[in-house]
Amino acid sequence: MATTKLGFIVQRPGYKSENPKLAFTHAISSQTVEIYLEDGDVLEPMVALVGEGVLNLKSGQKGLEIYGLTSTEGHIVNALLCDVKIRACSEDMERYGLTVADVPDAEAMGADEKVEMVSWDDIMKEMESCDHLLFF
Amino acid sequence: MSKLTIGCFSSLVGSMSLDFAVKLAETAVEKGHQVDFWVSGNATMVAKTNAKDFQDYSFVAGRLKDLMGKGVQVTVCEACMESRGYGKDDTVEGMNRKSMDWFLASAFDADRVFHIGGE
Repeated sequence: MATTKLGFIVQRPGYKSENPKLAFTHAISSQTVEIYLEDGDVLEPMVALVGEGVLNLKSGQKGLEIYGLTSTEGHIVNALLCDVKIRACSEDMERYGLTVADVPDAEAMGADEKVEMVSWDDIMKEMESCDHLLFF
Repeated sequence: MSKLTIGCFSSLVGSMSLDFAVKLAETAVEKGHQVDFWVSGNATMVAKTNAKDFQDYSFVAGRLKDLMGKGVQVTVCEACMESRGYGKDDTVEGMNRKSMDWFLASAFDADRVFHIGGE
């Protein structure tokens, strides 16, 4: 029995590149990874949004209406519903004028997880606790 | 011997990141390491059959085939391929088409994970 923690570090804004979408879809796929693992093995995903990556957190995205695509916000909500830990760098959020009121949540849909805004120092601690880091 | 899981999501043409990822895999295999190679996003174009080998554009299909002959598992994100219109019949022989959880499972017991991309 083993636990491996993967850190998905998102540094890019949404829609400019595929990076944030890939980060979230990869993290969400942790929900089905057990078909490849031994009984008792656990893969724990953690998504950290840093730098321009925090811009993905702006709620009210119209990706579906305008592009016909699941918005990055939609991916964030799905990740929360799948119990994926999401951390956002509070200093970077402040830099881009984002507040807690801007951040999507899935509580009304029954999610236990929510996006937590934490300091860069705490993001670093989370990253240091990961076995592997994947940058997007 | 260690296990390396290498993921890449950069396009084959338009960036040198995929070339670098393949070079890294070759070097690791030469040094006796086990390598799993995962491509997603625009990098899936590397799995498209019938790419032409022009000298001005990156072409790594032959090198990936050599790596597969040395035991490297090359796996392509099936959804990323399908969204680009690359069907099963368009996939280079020997390459796996799987969901993203294959990559995570490979990372689970890897000694090192490299994730290369961004464009």
